[in-house]
Amino acid sequence: MLRRTLLASAAATAMLGGIAAADGHEPVKVGFVYVGPVGDGGWTYEHNQGRLAVEEAFGDAVETVFVENVPEGPDAERVMTQMALEGADLIFTTSFGYMDPTINVAAQFPDVMFEHATGYKQADNVSVYSARFYEGRAVQGHIAGQITESNVIGYIASFPIPEVIRGINSAYLHALEVNPDVEFKIIWAYTWFDPAKEAEAASVLIEQGADVILQHTDSTAPQAAAQAANEAGATVYTFGQASDMAEFGPMPRVSSIIDDWGPYYVARTQAVMDGTWESVSTWDGIGAGMVGIGEISDAIPAEVKASAEAMVAELASGEYHAFTGPINKQDGTPWLAEGETAADFGDDGLAGMAFYVEGLTAEIPQ
Amino acid sequence: MLTLEKRPQPSQFWSYAAPLVAVVLTMIAGAALFASLGTPPIEALSKIFWEPLFGEFNFFYLPQLLVKGAPLVAIALGLSLGFKAGIWNIGAEGQYIIGALCGAAVGLAFYPMESRWLIFPLMLIAGALGGFAWAMIPGILRVKFNTNEILVSLMLVYVAEQLLASMALGLMKNPEGMGFPGSRNLSQYASSSSWIDQGYGMHWGVVIALIAVIFAYILFSKHILGFQIKLAGQAPRAAAFSGVNPARLVLFCLGTSGALAGLAGLTEVSGPAGLVSIDFNVGYGFTAIIVAFLGRLNPIGILFAGALMALTYIGGDVAQSSLGLPGAAIQVFQGMLLFFLLAVDVLTNYRVRIKQGAVA
Repeated sequence: MLRRTLLASAAATAMLGGIAAADGHEPVKVGFVYVGPVGDGGWTYEHNQGRLAVEEAFGDAVETVFVENVPEGPDAERVMTQMALEGADLIFTTSFGYMDPTINVAAQFPDVMFEHATGYKQADNVSVYSARFYEGRAVQGHIAGQITESNVIGYIASFPIPEVIRGINSAYLHALEVNPDVEFKIIWAYTWFDPAKEAEAASVLIEQGADVILQHTDSTAPQAAAQAANEAGATVYTFGQASDMAEFGPMPRVSSIIDDWGPYYVARTQAVMDGTWESVSTWDGIGAGMVGIGEISDAIPAEVKASAEAMVAELASGEYHAFTGPINKQDGTPWLAEGETAADFGDDGLAGMAFYVEGLTAEIPQ
Repeated sequence: MLTLEKRPQPSQFWSYAAPLVAVVLTMIAGAALFASLGTPPIEALSKIFWEPLFGEFNFFYLPQLLVKGAPLVAIALGLSLGFKAGIWNIGAEGQYIIGALCGAAVGLAFYPMESRWLIFPLMLIAGALGGFAWAMIPGILRVKFNTNEILVSLMLVYVAEQLLASMALGLMKNPEGMGFPGSRNLSQYASSSSWIDQGYGMHWGVVIALIAVIFAYILFSKHILGFQIKLAGQAPRAAAFSGVNPARLVLFCLGTSGALAGLAGLTEVSGPAGLVSIDFNVGYGFTAIIVAFLGRLNPIGILFAGALMALTYIGGDVAQSSLGLPGAAIQVFQGMLLFFLLAVDVLTNYRVRIKQGAVA
């Protein structure tokens, strides 16, 4: 009881702070909760770049704070509460596992705005946002299918959640389109960030004959593993994940998927300053600039590069949807009819995708 | 010239003073570290140690100390039994996970039943049994085949982590979770929540930790078993002559620590964490090893050490968000605590002598 009333009064103070901020007397305070270290070179690094973009855009009118390496659970709830108590007006919680903690804390601070990345639970003061990374995966698959010599593509997956499964499906479909003999070998690392595990997974895939490695984990370790293999005489291609990882180009890294959160973070901070913030669900792709395709290096044939760039343009304009039928599910049942594109939500929608498409031989681990 | 000379008896004074000196040394070294990172050292230390206890928002942080400290204390107490007897259970993290899974399984199996007085006690029993059973694996292997319980218990942590991921993605997945991993939220159902009063950070895990402190205290100060444990650790041969059954002692120590870790896991999963998720375990089982040694394997000491460790976690996050200290600096700071403790511990068993004449 005691805490509830105290929190309410703290929230009232925070609200007063918010009003002052709208008058321009006090900097708007924006908090960021990170699941990894800001130096991971991938997922958290890009969220932190977004934070820096906010600082650059607003200068002294904004104050940003962050806490890194926050485990998904009670610790996340504590860190968010702490930020809200210390007067944050807007808090970005940047990992799927922060979903319930974000909802819980948001309920106690109705005047603090929350933005949760990659989740699906909204509230009056909780927005959700994510990026259509599967569009980038389509481009990767398109390139990978053409440059592979062994027809074996290795995939380092993190957790079997819809976002990751979507990526595998998208990459596979587009690799298959250009190379009917292509085969995917998938290793589940059960981590978002563990350089040792990721390096090991990459080495195993290379030993099993994969000459293109796609990764859905955040560190640069697989890039380094491929580089080492190439120095030993192999030819292994990789793609940067979440961040450009350009330091591994032009080989083994031939392109990348870049998360660009900056514009979204700036826009949402602006909305809080203007008092126009409201709860929304955002899912943007290449077109809106939330997903970037890192420069395609000249290590791959020019015609492959050109067709990949054409695909990026079509995805960006909305002319082409990465999941366009006919597509069957792994068990052979039809998913999308000829020319039909996948819906975002609902049964068999993209948001909750829990099945492989036809042709993938592995099984989703349970 | 300085030399170390073994004491005939471990120094009583240094055994108590060592943790305090270690804390002070950690603060000094930490201050230097923070200063070198460009953060005012005094401010950083006060954010870590003062702010959560006496700061403006201590009404929020103090209950969080209970939440963070309870599993550390409960697990460390269990570990301390074995450590005293020279039985090294390094896999409390695994027992913690399995306890949570077993208890959560019971809670989820009864969903959506509302009968608190049936379901929660059953969950507690299942949690304790789960941790107990997981600890029995290294226990029985050691007793029957003389395997090394350090390796077996540690390796079983990784097995438990795989099981946890499998449960969160498969059997225990929330059917209303839109395909995302993670179970139903146990803390939201009155019948399966371990919360007593969330506002005060009180949940059954805190109660269990406190009861365990009392039991461990009585065990060591009044009970023959406590004496046997100490004897087995200090003089195994003497213990064998005085009729201590080493196999039973191994099973008792591992079993008790497993059950306590299991209970800690169960009360965490049904309270502060709420659900079985892939990343449910955050390393309490390993941090508890530090807590056990920092607390001198003494029940009261462990209580204080657990509180101190919890404080550095909470204060560390405060320092991160308010001073922009990197998370790694806080981890280094926590690591130094054990490092200095082990270093200062030399003084418990050795004395420093200044020798003359060695120089020609």
